[in-house]
Amino acid sequence: MLRAYTIAFLIFLYAPILLLPVFAFNDGTVIAFPLDGFTTKWFEELWTNAELHAALVNSLLVACASSVLAVLLGIAAARANIRYKFPGKTAAMGLIMLPLVLPEIIVAVSLLVVAIRILGLDLSLWTVVAAHVLICTPFAVAILNASFQSLDASLEEAAIDLGFTRGETFRLITLPLIMPGIVAALLISFTISLDEFIIAFFLTGSDPTLPVYIWSLLRFPRLIPVVMALGTILMVVSISILILAEWNRRRGLRRAGVADKGGFL
Amino acid sequence: MTEPLIRLKGIHKYYGDYHALRGIDLDIRAGEFFSLLGPSGCGKTTLLRTIAGFEDVSKGTVVIGGQDMTALPPNKRPTNMVFQSYAIFPHLTVAQNVGFGLRKAKGTSEEKAKRVAEALQMVGLAGYGDRAAHALSGGQRQRVALARALVLRPKVLLLDEPLSALDKKMREQMQVELIRLQRQVGITFILVTHDQEEALVMSDRIAVMFEGDVAQIAEAETLYRRPVSRRVAEFIGTMNFLPATVGGDEVVVAGLGRMPVSSLQNTATTEGESVAGFRPETATLLFPGQEATDRIAEGTVTEVVYYGDMTYYDVRLTGAADPVRISMRNVFGRPVLEIGAQARLSWSPGAVTLFR
Repeated sequence: MLRAYTIAFLIFLYAPILLLPVFAFNDGTVIAFPLDGFTTKWFEELWTNAELHAALVNSLLVACASSVLAVLLGIAAARANIRYKFPGKTAAMGLIMLPLVLPEIIVAVSLLVVAIRILGLDLSLWTVVAAHVLICTPFAVAILNASFQSLDASLEEAAIDLGFTRGETFRLITLPLIMPGIVAALLISFTISLDEFIIAFFLTGSDPTLPVYIWSLLRFPRLIPVVMALGTILMVVSISILILAEWNRRRGLRRAGVADKGGFL
Repeated sequence: MTEPLIRLKGIHKYYGDYHALRGIDLDIRAGEFFSLLGPSGCGKTTLLRTIAGFEDVSKGTVVIGGQDMTALPPNKRPTNMVFQSYAIFPHLTVAQNVGFGLRKAKGTSEEKAKRVAEALQMVGLAGYGDRAAHALSGGQRQRVALARALVLRPKVLLLDEPLSALDKKMREQMQVELIRLQRQVGITFILVTHDQEEALVMSDRIAVMFEGDVAQIAEAETLYRRPVSRRVAEFIGTMNFLPATVGGDEVVVAGLGRMPVSSLQNTATTEGESVAGFRPETATLLFPGQEATDRIAEGTVTEVVYYGDMTYYDVRLTGAADPVRISMRNVFGRPVLEIGAQARLSWSPGAVTLFR
């Protein structure tokens, strides 16, 4: 019974996603069965669409910038969280992790108000980056918390004891040992930013990110198969990045000779 | 009198309201094997970390080699530490671990490689240089940690419970090796341990600590034979305690009888209720036909614990409420006394300490 339920659950969860590649290769503009035959022309159309390319470049820029910033902030926050005791720590960590559970639409609207009304900023990719840092940082902190947790504090002390400054110790000992966590945090933040729609939709100016651009395509029924093709590519890329992140994490554990305590995923 | 290598003066340490170190004064001589011994929470590790520079002192000074180092960080002090967890860098090989501190030292890479090889040789790990650090056993990690600290030729080597993670056999082996190593390199070793036997076996001098304060500093034998307080006596080895009453020049000890106060070792004589103690091996049970060498006390055997080479007898002395423990070396052909047997105890007042 439980088995049947599990299978039904998984089908319900993933079958719609499997429809993406099916219709991406379907030779017809109507998204319905029966299929009309095999084609790769939707992918070819992607190849020649300049607006799409601009949107892709925008998304990659935003994703790179926000993942790097989120991970830098994440390293500082996770280290402070694991290594030090200070007043207000629980509150500070709670606030950092809060965007995980806040509805994105709320975040998006409030950031829009702040950006335009209070700060008087022009909407641009940078406002999107700032917002994406906000939602990626909790993920980075969660992963890096685990990295610092499994890092014996006396390793850093040993390096200082052997004559190194705190900075040198961070570079020579801490950084190499938490590197798998950093890479995993970068990859996951990158994926989150790349996929994110609501916040980007509200905060983007005249340069749409890829999800925003895809949304704009949906107004033209003729282009829906193109969206399917693009969706297929994004799905493959996203899954690949997540697999890479997990593989990298496990490799890091093996190298450090630490037992696997269950990853972030 | 030469200047001590380490001089701690009036060291206080507070964690918030908690008074972790309560005015420690301690001199440690160059080349000495010194132990900080005490139950967990007594502040011994905090004191060690104060010498290393990992803990700031709230009050007091740390002088090493005649130089005030109270404000210096650990990387500027001539001390190196062997951590309880060993803190072997898992991403480096054995040789890279041992040579880590040498990266900042002067000299060619050949000279440094030679020093690393010598250090590994010294701790019995010659040829292990290329091994991955995480593939080592507990005992090997400990040796790598030792080599890594000693390769820098510090003035002081600090050891934080280095043997507590090893099994009994390995621990005893490492005790002997540490003593040998210390004699060989001539560096001052400061060992933190909660294991009194370990401290007795290894140290030239021992500081016994309770609740952030030093109770007694002495050589192993003095500590065992002349503990300054009942607490120290209890912590080091086993001691039998009997209630005693001092009146004038005389003292009455339950089960042992009346004697002049001056015939006992005493820490301080005060009128009235007191307590007297003696070690299990300082008294002897008399077997049939044996004569007493000194004074005699009588009692009943209440418990017999047979260890092969030794037998421990619990004897309730006439006039005492609690039994005392007597350890006897077994003699071939002589039967072991049984529970309930009448026992005659030969003891001497000189081995009894009167505590405040």
